[in-house]
Amino acid sequence: MAVTALKPGYTGQNLDAVENFGPNQLVYLHWEKHLMFCAALAFPFPPEMPFGAIVGEVLPQFYGPHPDFEKIDWSTVRWTLDGEDFVPDLEASIGSQGVGHKSMLRFWTPGLDGLGDSGA
Amino acid sequence: MAKKIPLKRKYEMMTRGLAWDTTYQDMDDVYPYDKFEGIKIHDWDAWEDPFRLTQDAYWKYQAEKERKLYAVIDSFAQNNGQLGLSDARYLGALKLFLTGVSPLEYQAHRHFAHLARNIRGTGAQVAAQMQSIDELRHAQTQIHAISHYNKYFDGLHDFTHMHDRVWYLSVPKSFFDDAVSAGPFEFFTAISFSFEYVLTNLLFVPFMSGAAYNGDLATVTFGFSAQSDESRHMTLGLEVIKFLLEQDEANVPIIQHWIDKWFWRGHRLLSLVGMMMDYMLPKKIMSWKDAWEMYFEEQGGALFEDLARYGIRPPMHAEQANNEKHRISHEVWAIFYQYTHAAGFHTWDIDDEHKAWLSAEYPDTFDKYYRPRLDLWKQMAADGNRYYNMALPQLCQVCQIPMGFTEPDDPTTICFRSREYQGDRYHFCSDGCQYIFDHEPEKYIQAWLPVHQIFQGNCGGAEIPDVLNWYHLNLGVDNMAYEGSAEEKIWNDWMATRRVGAART
Ligand SMILES: [Fe+2]
Ligand SMILES: [Fe+2]
Ligand SMILES: [Zn+2]
Repeated sequence: MAVTALKPGYTGQNLDAVENFGPNQLVYLHWEKHLMFCAALAFPFPPEMPFGAIVGEVLPQFYGPHPDFEKIDWSTVRWTLDGEDFVPDLEASIGSQGVGHKSMLRFWTPGLDGLGDSGA
Repeated sequence: MAKKIPLKRKYEMMTRGLAWDTTYQDMDDVYPYDKFEGIKIHDWDAWEDPFRLTQDAYWKYQAEKERKLYAVIDSFAQNNGQLGLSDARYLGALKLFLTGVSPLEYQAHRHFAHLARNIRGTGAQVAAQMQSIDELRHAQTQIHAISHYNKYFDGLHDFTHMHDRVWYLSVPKSFFDDAVSAGPFEFFTAISFSFEYVLTNLLFVPFMSGAAYNGDLATVTFGFSAQSDESRHMTLGLEVIKFLLEQDEANVPIIQHWIDKWFWRGHRLLSLVGMMMDYMLPKKIMSWKDAWEMYFEEQGGALFEDLARYGIRPPMHAEQANNEKHRISHEVWAIFYQYTHAAGFHTWDIDDEHKAWLSAEYPDTFDKYYRPRLDLWKQMAADGNRYYNMALPQLCQVCQIPMGFTEPDDPTTICFRSREYQGDRYHFCSDGCQYIFDHEPEKYIQAWLPVHQIFQGNCGGAEIPDVLNWYHLNLGVDNMAYEGSAEEKIWNDWMATRRVGAART
């Protein structure tokens, strides 16, 4: 039983279906061990956007205020996409490499564990 | 002379004596809502009325309370009671309470009226009817407080409008919407038992003593006036649960699930109160951690020992909630600190004395995990670069709080949980919220998540000023850091005038 309802067979409607976001889909980004940023960030990205735009534009803009950000060695960064290990192709579009609607991208920056290694 | 009717008899006549079973219409058609949840009731007469109160006595008693209350409210207003506050920062906690909780009092009023009509046991009808009127009274008295504070401070000018739109107010709003869209017995378990009986002390005791410590007599007054009502509501919560558990064994697993669900929902909602206690009260009463230990671990522990004889065990995620007592107030403050540009109240940098208090109260976590970011933010503000997070946060599909809570075994890693349902992904802040979704996905896929609604273009526009406008928040007045705000300035001016006045006399 997917809901306890007065009317048998009652169903709901997903308010966040991808069609509701126009040309975009939702993508969540999170930099691990840097909880100066209180939660993962949500973005409406077109699936045609190259992955490189995330690394080159989005992350610097929103994670740049952290003193660790400029120390990141991008060749050592480890990513997961929806819980699976993932090696992004910066040239290819996000949509073509499996970043879907409401996908979750997390990344770890080895050696950088936040302010005084606090995880923040 | 007419013979005086003994009280017990009078009570019987004025409550159950007024009820009847319908004959022209089927009872199931007259009471359509009390069976679909699967709860079985064999004998409504077994309901023990916890307080033998008839309507005429109720009215007399409440009228007396109202007279006293409004006398105090009037004198508070005439004597500029707002100047007795400990500090204008206190208003952050007050604004969050008045915009978040007061509209729920009104919702409670409406829904108890609905129950009074739709429950077929007379004893329960009468109790719900009185509670409905109580809740209306609570809403009214709190609106008087809003009205008074709105004359002097920012962010309280349109609380009903804001309640339906503002991102963090969707947390209390969706909590209550979940309860009122459930059946009557789940609502009783959610609100009367889990919230008013099990968790209420964590809302009202800290909030009311916080108000008293910080010179907020308006709040103390409405809190005090509501207290005797609340003890009736608590008794009702426990009575409902015991009655349902005694009526049929098949009710036990249904009630257990509701307790598991609403304990977790309540715990998440109360994380806002934890933040108020640890970060927003200029004069502290006790830490969230101590309050949780006293009111849930000890008192709640005793309650669930008592309920064990009905086959009820403690709430499923109670251990996780106990584990989180060292963290959640800090995690929630981090959210509001960095999103205060989109809020109807201010946040501020934490001074050294306050940090020392936090460090003493949270010896295992504060210095290690939370002090470093507070220090950095303070430094950034001193450099003229106060930190605001300009991206929008990921929200939990169930509790709707930004996903700032951490893994049970690791306070440095956000707890990410997700599910696929009918081809779409959904994200949760915790095992507790995921458990709730799993049980009724058709309900929670309908969540109106503020961040997603902004991205869909339903909230006035794409930029923060557009959204604030749609919220009816005044940019640069109601929001942003306390330091440098209009509210800080006017407060300091008043205090300076007072000191001059005091020096003259
Ligand atoms: Fe109330
Ligand atoms: Fe109540
Ligand atoms: Zn949640």
